[in-house]
Amino acid sequence: MAITFTLNGNSQTVDVSPEMPLLWVLRDTLSMTGTKFGCGMALCGACTVHINGEATRSCITQIGSISGKKVTTIEGLSADGTHPVQQAWMAEDVPQCGYCQSGQIMSAVALLSKKSSPTDADIDDAMSGNICRCGTYQRIRKAIHRAATIQSGKATSAA
Amino acid sequence: MVTATILNRRDFLKTSAAGATALVIGFHLAPSAAAAPTAEDQEKKPANPFTAWVRITPDNQITLILGKSEMGQGIMTALPMILAEELYLDWKQVKIEQAPTNPAIYEHGTGGSGSIAGSWTPLRQAGAAAREMLITAAAQHWNVNRDTCKPKDGGVLHGARKQFLTYGELVDAAAKLPVPDFNTVPLKNPDDFTIVGYDHNRFEARSKSTGTAKFGIDARPAGLVYAVIARCPVFGGKAAKFDATKAKAVPGVHDVFVIDPVAQGAFSSGGVVVIAGNSWAAMQGRKALDITWDEGPHAAESSQSLREQFVANASKPGKVVRNDGDADSALASATKKVDIVYEIPFAAHACMEPMNCTVRIGPNGAEAWVPTQAPQWAQDIIVGVSKLPRESVVVHTTLMGGGFGRRYQADFVMEAAQVAKAIGDKPVMVLWTREDDMQHDFYRPASYHHMQGAVDAQGNLAAWKHFQTSTSIAAMWEKDGAEKPEQSEFATAAFIPYQAKNYRIEYTLANSGVPRAWWRSVEHSSSGFVVESFVDELAAAAGADPLEFRLRAIGDDRKIPDFTNPKEGKPLDTARQKAVLKLAAEKAGWDKPLPAGVFRGIAGYFSFESYTAGVAEVSVKDGQIHVHRIVYAVDCGRPINPNGIAAQVEGAAIYGVSAFMKDAITIDRGRVVQSNFNDYQMPRINETPKIEVHVLNSTEEPTGIGEPGLPVIAPAVCNAIFKATGKRIRRLPIRPEDLA
Repeated sequence: MAITFTLNGNSQTVDVSPEMPLLWVLRDTLSMTGTKFGCGMALCGACTVHINGEATRSCITQIGSISGKKVTTIEGLSADGTHPVQQAWMAEDVPQCGYCQSGQIMSAVALLSKKSSPTDADIDDAMSGNICRCGTYQRIRKAIHRAATIQSGKATSAA
Repeated sequence: MVTATILNRRDFLKTSAAGATALVIGFHLAPSAAAAPTAEDQEKKPANPFTAWVRITPDNQITLILGKSEMGQGIMTALPMILAEELYLDWKQVKIEQAPTNPAIYEHGTGGSGSIAGSWTPLRQAGAAAREMLITAAAQHWNVNRDTCKPKDGGVLHGARKQFLTYGELVDAAAKLPVPDFNTVPLKNPDDFTIVGYDHNRFEARSKSTGTAKFGIDARPAGLVYAVIARCPVFGGKAAKFDATKAKAVPGVHDVFVIDPVAQGAFSSGGVVVIAGNSWAAMQGRKALDITWDEGPHAAESSQSLREQFVANASKPGKVVRNDGDADSALASATKKVDIVYEIPFAAHACMEPMNCTVRIGPNGAEAWVPTQAPQWAQDIIVGVSKLPRESVVVHTTLMGGGFGRRYQADFVMEAAQVAKAIGDKPVMVLWTREDDMQHDFYRPASYHHMQGAVDAQGNLAAWKHFQTSTSIAAMWEKDGAEKPEQSEFATAAFIPYQAKNYRIEYTLANSGVPRAWWRSVEHSSSGFVVESFVDELAAAAGADPLEFRLRAIGDDRKIPDFTNPKEGKPLDTARQKAVLKLAAEKAGWDKPLPAGVFRGIAGYFSFESYTAGVAEVSVKDGQIHVHRIVYAVDCGRPINPNGIAAQVEGAAIYGVSAFMKDAITIDRGRVVQSNFNDYQMPRINETPKIEVHVLNSTEEPTGIGEPGLPVIAPAVCNAIFKATGKRIRRLPIRPEDLA
């Protein structure tokens, strides 16, 4: 069945079963492997994308349900890592193995789109759905605060 | 006095001619799994550095080669830093690439926190050799004395004449020169270091922040098909019969067939394979299989039956592993005795990227994309299954979403090789789901420890007796494991820094069908908890401060031989152990008051030749544990990348928290009960303590840090819980009733 949606700003049509999760449409049908598979049950957050601007777990989102909607993946945040959250991630040297970080970043971007100066409690609420097995949480928290200052114009990424 | 020799993981390390160390698994591969003796077994001659370690193009683009696996531990940055230092490079100009799998040149095996320790000297020698060859080429070109030529800014400078040639201009001539003797090539004076010892951000931070970093699961060779495998949920079982009719009717499913289990070595369980055009269809196809399992010999095993074995074993003397003095008499006559049982469960690796492997086997060659800590072994497996010559089997080591020892295994490689062989000349990814990953792991062993100790009237340690029974790793992996199962189970618990004239260790093997192997920090994860909890109880029995008791019990500066590996193991330097305990305490403000309701615990430990200590600040309220802060002091010798060291310690702490504050892996009817992150929970960002890491600025030889942060976290926190509640935690993971 042909399903059309907007992917990172461009119109995309796929011909797959409507029950196929968006995660696998991205990874297998479209070979966009930036969005990761971690659990298949929306427990780990590795598959987080934005659907109409909302952080969503793509592993349990059927492709049929996003017809006509706007999907943003990690690949669509910036052309070359210049998104303030990505800049903050690099400046704070957040990733270790890196596998969870696409999902972490997508969740962080969604948080910052709603709260431009999140508190630690806001960060807890928004980010506790994203598991990091390497334990980079302390640096993630620092990077979100840093991204907030970059986005508000108070700092550059080099600060 | 009978003592059994314990061999710890260092016994897996083999020293080559170049002084590098390799992680070698001591087993015999089944004939189907390996062809000729592996290239690992050959003595490695130091290779021409321009072939193996540094590639320089005429336009002076310098690429350093990484011969180990990057799993987040940061060696993709730290190891090339060592090469760059000897080559006097500008770090910002450096590119880094993964080495091709070539066991004739590289010691690929990555584990045991051994990469820095094993690569430090050989990489310096390789970098220095390349530098000397470039200088010689420049001197020859200018026809000057080479003493007047200096390496600088990616080139060679002739000071007097102010002439400069880039490495790019020199490399063709340099690469043809004789390679200097690695044993005598001059190494850079550490006082002149500008790269090693300084904070660096990781090389691949950008790709890992943009979704462009490619993990094993991201391999997408043209024509890729996907496979998932239905494995018997009971360890050691297999499919008796199956009906694939419904599975084959699932859209996207291409085929269904069986692969056999492979025992010793790969320990792969075999199963029913579903091949499909995408991962989802393969999973759906598997759900539609109708399988009758022959559950095999372990279907009656449970956590309960295992505990019954443990208790029965503990009721009798074990095999004597160490016996100094007469602990039994000392205990019998002691006034202040402590008698404790500690119980530690299986733990799963739970790498964020589930196991996977992609292989194509064609008539003339094979290619594989493997997230592996053991590229040589992966290549051996594919050589064995394909029967192709090694030169035509190309194994790409990819980035991996966590290793922690799990990706040192070959089960997921064997499966992929078997499937690839069965389907003909097409690349296939064998993909594991989270449930597969959780239920077909090689677990951290379950263990049961009966500790008995005594302090004398002066409050000094008088006796230390340690009986352990466990599901030994060696019993599963070692040729003589049935005779020497204790060799993988004690480590530093067999040569504690605390002086006890009467020191006895005993061991009894518990039988289990549950696979087990190396989980981050291996036996130190249990030994650290047991030793540092028990010494804390002894301190309390002596009425002493936990830090002061430890320092006094350690006593004089001396070097304690590694009891598990007296010839090759580095001795425990008590001065360094005391130093990290003191530094952690100092930085935590040990003598300063804490806010009401917050209490401190301390633990220190020697593992992987490094010294770590941690102070935990904890409060317990309404049965809830809140870990506020962990202050670490670490001595891993000369720091290569202090920022990377801190990251590894921060990470090891969180990894350790999962095992003692969250869920256990439990067994019922021969199978793992837990299946996903709902019943094997992970710590989340909202539970993360503040972690401070103080890295000693040592000039000792660099040693590892991927694992040493882990053994102290559980005892430090549990020792703090005791201060907070008066309750000792002796069974992991912590349960609410333990705090009541």
